[in-house]
Amino acid sequence: MSTPLIEIKDLRTYFYVRAGTVKAIDGVNLILERGVKLGLVGESGSGKTTMALAIMRMIKPPGTVEGQVLLDGVDLVKLSGEEMRKTRLGQIAMIPQGAMNSLNPVARIRASMVEGMTDHGIRLSKEEMNKRIENLLEIVELPAKVARMYPHELSGGMKQRVTVAIAISLRPKVLIADEPTSALDVVIQRQVMETITRLVKELELSMILIGHDMGLMAQSVDKLAVMYAGKLAETGDVRDMFADPMHPYTQALISSLPVLGRRGVFHGLPGIPPSVINPPVGCLFASRCPKVIAGVCVEQNPVLREVKPGRWVSCHLYKE
Amino acid sequence: MRKYLVRRVFFLIMVVWTAASINFLLPHLTGRDPIKEMMLQRIASQGLTISAATTLIQNYTELFGLNKPLWQQYITYISGVVQLKFGYSIPNYPRTVIEIIIARGRMTLPFLSVGIALAFIIGVLLGAILGWNKTPRWLSNIMVPPLLVFASVPQFLVALVLIYFVAFHWKLVPLGGAYSRNLVENWHSTKFLLDYARHAILPVLAIVLVEASGWALGMRAMMVTVEGEDYTTFAEARGLKSGRIFLRYQIRNAFLPSLTGLALRLGFIITGSAVAETYFNYNGIGNTLGAAIGNFDYFLLYGIVLIMVVSIALATFVMDLIYPLLDPRITYRAQKG
Amino acid sequence: MKGFWDYTKRNPSFGIGLFILLGLILFSTVGRLFINQNDAYTQTVDFNQPPNSKHPFGTDNQGRDLLAMMVLGTGMTLEIGAIAGGVGLGAGIVLGFVAGYYGGLFDTILTSIIDVYMTIPSFLILILVATTFRSVTLGVTEMGLIVALVSWAGSARAIRAQVLTMRERPFVMMAKLSGMGSLEIVMKELVPNLLPFLVMSLSNSVYGGISSSLGLEAIGIGNRRNPTMGMTLFYVNYYSAFLLGLWWWILEPVVVIVLTLTSLVLISIGLDEIANPRRRRKV
Repeated sequence: MSTPLIEIKDLRTYFYVRAGTVKAIDGVNLILERGVKLGLVGESGSGKTTMALAIMRMIKPPGTVEGQVLLDGVDLVKLSGEEMRKTRLGQIAMIPQGAMNSLNPVARIRASMVEGMTDHGIRLSKEEMNKRIENLLEIVELPAKVARMYPHELSGGMKQRVTVAIAISLRPKVLIADEPTSALDVVIQRQVMETITRLVKELELSMILIGHDMGLMAQSVDKLAVMYAGKLAETGDVRDMFADPMHPYTQALISSLPVLGRRGVFHGLPGIPPSVINPPVGCLFASRCPKVIAGVCVEQNPVLREVKPGRWVSCHLYKE
Repeated sequence: MRKYLVRRVFFLIMVVWTAASINFLLPHLTGRDPIKEMMLQRIASQGLTISAATTLIQNYTELFGLNKPLWQQYITYISGVVQLKFGYSIPNYPRTVIEIIIARGRMTLPFLSVGIALAFIIGVLLGAILGWNKTPRWLSNIMVPPLLVFASVPQFLVALVLIYFVAFHWKLVPLGGAYSRNLVENWHSTKFLLDYARHAILPVLAIVLVEASGWALGMRAMMVTVEGEDYTTFAEARGLKSGRIFLRYQIRNAFLPSLTGLALRLGFIITGSAVAETYFNYNGIGNTLGAAIGNFDYFLLYGIVLIMVVSIALATFVMDLIYPLLDPRITYRAQKG
Repeated sequence: MKGFWDYTKRNPSFGIGLFILLGLILFSTVGRLFINQNDAYTQTVDFNQPPNSKHPFGTDNQGRDLLAMMVLGTGMTLEIGAIAGGVGLGAGIVLGFVAGYYGGLFDTILTSIIDVYMTIPSFLILILVATTFRSVTLGVTEMGLIVALVSWAGSARAIRAQVLTMRERPFVMMAKLSGMGSLEIVMKELVPNLLPFLVMSLSNSVYGGISSSLGLEAIGIGNRRNPTMGMTLFYVNYYSAFLLGLWWWILEPVVVIVLTLTSLVLISIGLDEIANPRRRRKV
């Protein structure tokens, strides 16, 4: 078996603030194989966006990143500032959430696309660059004239496509898509996701898709990782997880999805996500868990274990 | 584009017309005749003979048609203004107002424009550095109080302190005036230019200290706002060089409000500099304004005020045209909603 | 009251500004007990004295006691600011509210007037007005009122903008639906919500008023006998005080002016945070 593309080992991102320590990511272990699409789901505040920033090493003080993030064997956490800068876009590219404001408002699209390449050492003549830009725009199904326009002249979907074009412009190894379609309406959402999925296949990229839309995940990814309060609750093959969710949280997430044809009461999840400031010992889901075991869950931290081949769950319900 | 231009030009005309009208109406509102007053004052204090005064009064009455109905006088006045005929400066008869304005304006314009441009550039750059996330916090914070003080006080105050320390105590620059007494105004002579520059150092410094501080503080705050914007985050996520992010993303976006501020502040800077000129004993238009007030030279006073209003309105107008070029989101069409 | 102290702790600039301003007010009021007011006007033989035991602040070249001048002058300058700021704000509030809330033709006309008005530098308008009324003695009150003539525009515009944003807010809609009359809505709903903003406008207005009055006095417009800060500096320039090395005559008004203006700016900044809450950044 070839080495995984990304190995995240015991990733911890803590923010040291006056009120205490915010454990946004508390010991996450994750593996991304080559050519695999991994979905990372969770509620707001679960730490999923922080994951994206942590992998890209964009956490600012008072936050710290500890642990290991291995990309093809190279630990990103230990890289120098300049080396990390080159890795961004060159090897790992991010597609931001809500491209509404992600592009420089005073620069033309062409300039925004070119600067990523220039700052990574690509020197091309004007004609060659123009061709490249046209090419990229074509790949994301945008007309060539977009290059001369300004961000505010484009629709949300078009702007998002531009960020996709920028993300693939240097043929990275991994795409991290942070809720790329949350800000768009459903129709455009589908189109943009189709574009992304198609590109991932054509260019043989790996992808981490971050979001909270289980339905979208089901259609777009191969593996799924569920996060709760800064920790992983469950990971595994996406179809398997939908068919047989093991962690009570995953079960709640999936059962809350409306299904065509099935009528009945919607099951939500009572309670609100816990605060991750100075988190207490024990399973953080215990207060909302319908299957909580008295005495055990609140007192001991559950550990992420491989309960079935390829399926890792962090829950006291599953003993070795 | 055309509609916008037309609107701005119309506004410009409105402003000038309002100022001219205020100029015209004020003396009439109080029911006093500034000319007669001026003459009486001249007779009393400067020995203007009664016959000379009477001749002058007659000339004026004819020139401005002062014996005609008010509305006619108004029209004559406005048409006179349009042709830049502001009349004579009584204390300096037979020099005309416009002649004096041009002569003095020549002195003020160079240092004023240099001062404003320098102040803006220094202010924006200083603010950008202070607001940059790579600048240590304590340095940025410690600069705020002195900048705040400088930004809050009027120019002439700074001028006074500057004159006392730099010119008088340390004798680094001349005490005042636009150029040395023994020189003749000659813009082609290097000697003159250098001398002018030496004399202009403090006036420029006064403008820079006050205005750059204000812009630096504003820019600094704006940099923090821009830092938190999505496009800055995404720029970093794309592995752009930090120099490029600083210039093309942060400064480029953050300085736009400062530019608006410049347009709004222009009138204030120019009038503040005018007051400062009296403290510098500078032979420019500001000092002349002060002298006109003191001499009851109403025509010169009104002429200068009007020219200043026009200049400031024009400058604002030009800025209005430049702004859309720098911010593509502002189009020449009117904003919706 | 406790809320007041909490706020001051969070907003040091507001506290510091207020503290300095109160200090100045104290100086100009309580200070009167310690001086002979006439010393500020009459001319003694002790002119050009540096600070000594008889004249703790020194004297100027007309033989006026500088301590007395400072005490009285500070009070006068503050008073001008208060009048200019208060009247300017008052007019601005009335006009701003009416234009913002009722809109219509009045609003259009007012906005146009304000736009033109604010493009013409206020200082020039002041010069025109002040020189026209020159024969009338320009005392403190008159100066204040003249300066108010230009300060109302800025306040009116800012208040109108605030009223416009508030007008569409749900709580105003609710008030309308429950049958409250317009005036009632303005007084009971809008004003209390805008109170921090109005106080900040007052601070701005006073600052602007004092700045303008300083500019006028500095070139000699105003009652030349009043020892206001601006007038004192006018004489400093007129008699070339620095050539004579009379540093105390220069220093004292400068210090008072710096303190006054800075304290007002600090207060404005301190209030700005509560009047315009910033958008919270995403965590």
